[in-house]
Amino acid sequence: MSAVSDFPDWGDPHSPANSYRLSQGYITETFPETSVPNMVTAVLADYRGYDTMFETVVIFTAGIAIIAILRRYGPKDKVVPEQKLYKKEPDLIVETTCRLMIPIIQLFALYVVAHGHHSPGGGFQGGVIFGASFILLALARDLQAAQKWVPENRILNLAGIGIFIYSGFGFLCLLLGSNFLDYSILHKVMGVTPIEARSHSMLGVEIGVAFTVAAIMFSIYSNLASKGEMKEGL
Amino acid sequence: MIWIFDSIILIFLVVTAIISLQVKDLLSATMIFGVYSFLMCLLWAGMAAVDVAFTEAAVGAGVSAVFLIATVLRTSRRSSD
Amino acid sequence: MEIFEAISTKINYWVYIVIMMIGLYAMIAKNNMIKKLIGMSIFQTAIILFYVSIGVKEGATIPILYHDQVHGAHDDHHEADTSHGENGVVESHATDIHINPDEFTNPLVHVLMLTAIVVGVSTLGVGLAITQKLHREYGSIEEHEILELIKSGK
Repeated sequence: MSAVSDFPDWGDPHSPANSYRLSQGYITETFPETSVPNMVTAVLADYRGYDTMFETVVIFTAGIAIIAILRRYGPKDKVVPEQKLYKKEPDLIVETTCRLMIPIIQLFALYVVAHGHHSPGGGFQGGVIFGASFILLALARDLQAAQKWVPENRILNLAGIGIFIYSGFGFLCLLLGSNFLDYSILHKVMGVTPIEARSHSMLGVEIGVAFTVAAIMFSIYSNLASKGEMKEGL
Repeated sequence: MIWIFDSIILIFLVVTAIISLQVKDLLSATMIFGVYSFLMCLLWAGMAAVDVAFTEAAVGAGVSAVFLIATVLRTSRRSSD
Repeated sequence: MEIFEAISTKINYWVYIVIMMIGLYAMIAKNNMIKKLIGMSIFQTAIILFYVSIGVKEGATIPILYHDQVHGAHDDHHEADTSHGENGVVESHATDIHINPDEFTNPLVHVLMLTAIVVGVSTLGVGLAITQKLHREYGSIEEHEILELIKSGK
């Protein structure tokens, strides 16, 4: 606690973290080089693309780890008796509200992903909202009803496709002769100027991230809510 | 950055964090953790960090609280301290 | 008063230290597993609060460029473009904008914290799965009871 008095004042524009050359470079150089107004998305998907790719891998690994921890092969355990969950009958208010709200939530999630360049948003936020819409479906009805829409192997396929899209962009840049994840070389494939090629491939990469995050959020919920067995829901 | 608004939210933050760890009913602890997460989101929105606030609102108060509730209702609901 | 001055200009940092110590205490000293995980999550959000409050500038706005800043140089360079007759209208406008770095919040900090939040929720998910597995094996989620059961040979 004695070190706090040495900190620079809160809100100082010339503190060392703020007057670092790289931060000022990010603010002034983002729009001329990538034509994306949202600086945070531009830094996240373009200047720091490696971090985002490995973070997506971390989320995927967490989902797989939860399946590996909770899956059970072998005889039933003897310590804890099986809990019988209270079976609820479908309620009219909850059913109608969910039927109205879930398409709107999904539409909003797609809007957040697509408008990541011009407003706060991007891949993670849209992916989490999309996954949350499936969790809402599972909470309103039974877990079995939600799993008819997204069965388990399709969910893991979708998560893998998301990572594949992200690294696919990187390898495509490598094949065309530039560095890994250097998007400006993709203007030969897309047919636009190099600056706009960076903007469009940022959108493609964010879509990949959104797929993975949405799939893994629902997969974690369905594993936690059913103790890994996917038979009874919560 | 209206400083009096920020100070009130900071005081509430500390109070919420302490209470969330002292209640004995685990479901109430999860709800208060949701309140804590929402107050953090307000604080960051007041500091002009809109992307971070958006993500924390979606993840912290939405998905994280749901995971905690799912586990609490599957294991036991009382805690001994 | 000098002490009041030192506290009030840096109040964010003091609160951050208090919350971090609360979270750390909960992770170590509480017996219940769920309380330990809540303490871990409180710890993580406190760290994110610290980093975000480093990047705040007084009187600065959000790190998204305005629409009229982006298309502001439209009228000045209109004659120059028609004389060249080229198609790249967008890039010749984009390179002429003057952006003052003192007006915008530091975007580097926000990017690092986005990653931190998502990794935090992944860690919480894995922790909750381990808690359920412990409950399945030993029948309780209190740390002292589990240690008793392990010592007495399950």
